[in-house]
Amino acid sequence: MTKLNSKIPDGAIETKWAKYRSTVPLVNPANKRSIEIIVVGSGLAGSSAAASLAELGYKVKCFCFQDSPRRAHSIAAQGGINAAKNYQNDGDSIFRLFYDTVKGGDYRAREGNVYRLAEVSANIIDQCVAQGVPFAREYGGYLSNRSFGGTQVQRTFYAAGQTGQQLLLGAYSALERQIGLGNVKMYSRHEMLEVVTIEGKARGIIARDLVTGKLERHFGHAVLLCTGGYGNVFFLSTNAMGCNVTAAWKAHRQGAYFGNPCFTQIHPTCIPVSGDHQSKLTLMSESLRNDGRIWVPKQKDDTRKPKDIPEDERDYYLERRYPAFGNLVPRDVASRAAKERCDAGYGVGASKMAVYLDYAAAIERYGKAQANKLGIHNASPQQIIEMGKDVVKEKYGNLFEMYAKITGEDPYETPMRIYPAVHYTMGGLWVDYELMTTVPGLYALGEANFSDHGANRLGASALMQGLADGYFVIPYTIGSYLSADIRTKAIPTDHEAFVTAEKNVQDTLDKMMNIKGTKSVDHFHKRLGKIMWDKCGMARNEQGLKEAISEIRALREEFWKDVRIPGIQNELNPELEKAGRVADFLELGELMCMDALERKESCGGHFREESQTEDGEAKRDDDKFSYVAAWEYKSQGSFEVHKEELKFDIVHPSQRSYK
Amino acid sequence: MNLTLKVWRQKNSKEAGNFSTYQVNDITPDMSFLELFDVLNERLIAKGEEPVAFDHDCREGICGMCSMFINGRAHGPWQGTTTCQLHMRAFNDGDTIVVEPWRAAGFPVLKDLVVDRSAFDRVIAAGGFVSANTGNAQDANCLPVPKPDADDAFAAAACIGCGACVAACKNSSAMLFVSAKVSQLALLPQGQVERESRALNMVKQMDEEGFGSCTLTGSCEAACPKEISLENIARLNREYLMANLKKGLF
Repeated sequence: MTKLNSKIPDGAIETKWAKYRSTVPLVNPANKRSIEIIVVGSGLAGSSAAASLAELGYKVKCFCFQDSPRRAHSIAAQGGINAAKNYQNDGDSIFRLFYDTVKGGDYRAREGNVYRLAEVSANIIDQCVAQGVPFAREYGGYLSNRSFGGTQVQRTFYAAGQTGQQLLLGAYSALERQIGLGNVKMYSRHEMLEVVTIEGKARGIIARDLVTGKLERHFGHAVLLCTGGYGNVFFLSTNAMGCNVTAAWKAHRQGAYFGNPCFTQIHPTCIPVSGDHQSKLTLMSESLRNDGRIWVPKQKDDTRKPKDIPEDERDYYLERRYPAFGNLVPRDVASRAAKERCDAGYGVGASKMAVYLDYAAAIERYGKAQANKLGIHNASPQQIIEMGKDVVKEKYGNLFEMYAKITGEDPYETPMRIYPAVHYTMGGLWVDYELMTTVPGLYALGEANFSDHGANRLGASALMQGLADGYFVIPYTIGSYLSADIRTKAIPTDHEAFVTAEKNVQDTLDKMMNIKGTKSVDHFHKRLGKIMWDKCGMARNEQGLKEAISEIRALREEFWKDVRIPGIQNELNPELEKAGRVADFLELGELMCMDALERKESCGGHFREESQTEDGEAKRDDDKFSYVAAWEYKSQGSFEVHKEELKFDIVHPSQRSYK
Repeated sequence: MNLTLKVWRQKNSKEAGNFSTYQVNDITPDMSFLELFDVLNERLIAKGEEPVAFDHDCREGICGMCSMFINGRAHGPWQGTTTCQLHMRAFNDGDTIVVEPWRAAGFPVLKDLVVDRSAFDRVIAAGGFVSANTGNAQDANCLPVPKPDADDAFAAAACIGCGACVAACKNSSAMLFVSAKVSQLALLPQGQVERESRALNMVKQMDEEGFGSCTLTGSCEAACPKEISLENIARLNREYLMANLKKGLF
């Protein structure tokens, strides 16, 4: 078994990054001009990395499959971005952000990486404000904060419910500036289909121009994958339709280990599935749990309207089970509790797979407060409700509107129906402290890597990590590798390695186009999603996972015999794009199940039914499973696991309790 | 619901296109407009025909990728709504729905309903930024911004770059898009240093991309899924005029 070297610098935790930055080898400006870097993906991690590296003087090529780098799925993040600024004077610090993140991740993240993340978090806010990102502000002109799950301080910066959009547009504008200056060459509507390695090092990619269908060869001294998460393996998720694992999976097949693939975050508050034709799920921000109360009827199969169910016949199950945290328990706990009620037959709505998120109490409470504020002492119940609705509208109006558009119901009048949905993947390509994968010269940033969130990510931490990696980590750590590579001249793309890589891609495309089967790509994707959701979703057990593995293998075989891809290769062909992505999901899904099978403990978002306490809570097993599972690809369906032991010098693991 | 769809089909940017008519039955009111197209495409694939190509990604109204011109309106009949958030309950059983791509010289059709909007990226690259290299920033609270300015800047920054404003305009003008970015940065202290060059350069690039002139009919504002205000165009006109006056060009 290989020993994985995480390259965490020696010394006290608060000195590691400072010491690293002061001693990492540098590349001089003249040499930077002749070094080329490929960045795949243009979300928060990709845009910020491409812009920052170009500012340093490197020659950068950036690729995205969308029609513009501004559309990457970071844009859809709603709630906010954490930073240890302590602007609220409420006792926040780098240490507290670090501590909350390690604990929130259920002690399955690396301390060294997380501490660095907390350290650079404050710089991110400074950088974004300098770019003109319009964060929410107080009347005095200073920045505003709000609180999020899993913390006791207010450290979340936000721009209404569109924080991801504003941060991405900031990074995008920095990227476009470098494109305008000629320092970055942008390849939109391009998809990376292979990593090219020469003498064991990543030296370029094969990309497909999605408009012409032509394959292209691109050389780079280093390749950065900033390609997001793989939640779409479940078919239905809150991810954008195009989100995929293809770039990461191709890298995995070329030797990059995959870290903790089974760690998936299921978000508790999403709009439930309404029919067979549903294509994606929509998140309702975690902030709604601040004021809403979650309940189901006490009676099974209760068909009454929610308004007709009296108070004493409602089960506010989160408040009942977790009196200390109530409706604000972490995401993994809230999701499992909803599933438990629905599985037991108490679900609501036509599908019975939903619970109520009720604002009636909040509307009344806010209405009374408003009446007091205005000095109206004889307000009628109707007036109170009207005033309360206005307050709720100001706080959550855009979310309520979105709910009404999608469901056709008015959430001010009737409780929202919600159910958990796949949202984020903590797992990803294994990287060391420098964000390098096990393939020299190949890096993974943002959601595409596994490093910072352990087994459960806290709200408002994804944006922080994406931008930390791109703005403040990679510009330093890449020097460690490139300083030893300054004598390497650009390798011409008629090199044999490029020729072979392109031919392999071409062969796979040909093979896929020539199947000419009977079933559409979505048909297979939906079936894969159902297997994953039923057997590798919110709860997993040995028997189910074993079944899932053999079902996925059979489905994969069927896919390669019977998928139908219309049209031709050399044109804009969305079905062909989808087919390639689903083919990779059909391999990844199997690995996720294998990882879930191997990890017999429950931790964070990974719940093994065999490992729970008497009252149904997740039970970790630190003696046996305090490690990162890094999977090496051997051949299709065959993987070997390597373990990186996790050491906790500062934050000592304890069982999480929210009761 | 049973519907008749008349959809613009065009093989690529070189060949001429035409409308094809499709009968789509058993549609439920809870489906989104793009899910209607998913269903249509599944049925076309099953019959061995080519599915309709259309742009889409997040399907929650924020990425700006979806772009259908529905019954003569950019993003269809609902106010302040992208195509992906438009749901079938906006239509009636038996309706005929006409679906076209964005039509504008600045947005050439690539295939069916997919157009090339890279002109917008080039306009941003010409000046839609603050030149602040990574690492230069001072502490964020060293720069207080009056809340009304911050709120107005945010309202302008909410633009998703979908291009509905251009598609809705009879002159195919991109003024609402350009003015939203110019406004956001002109309203903030961070944007002051490059204020004049930004307005001049972005307008110059906008003209070079083949977008038409603005005659202030307001159809852009009416079609905008994020309800970006016409006030921004007034602000861009002021910015542009002032920048030219300072340069002594008038």
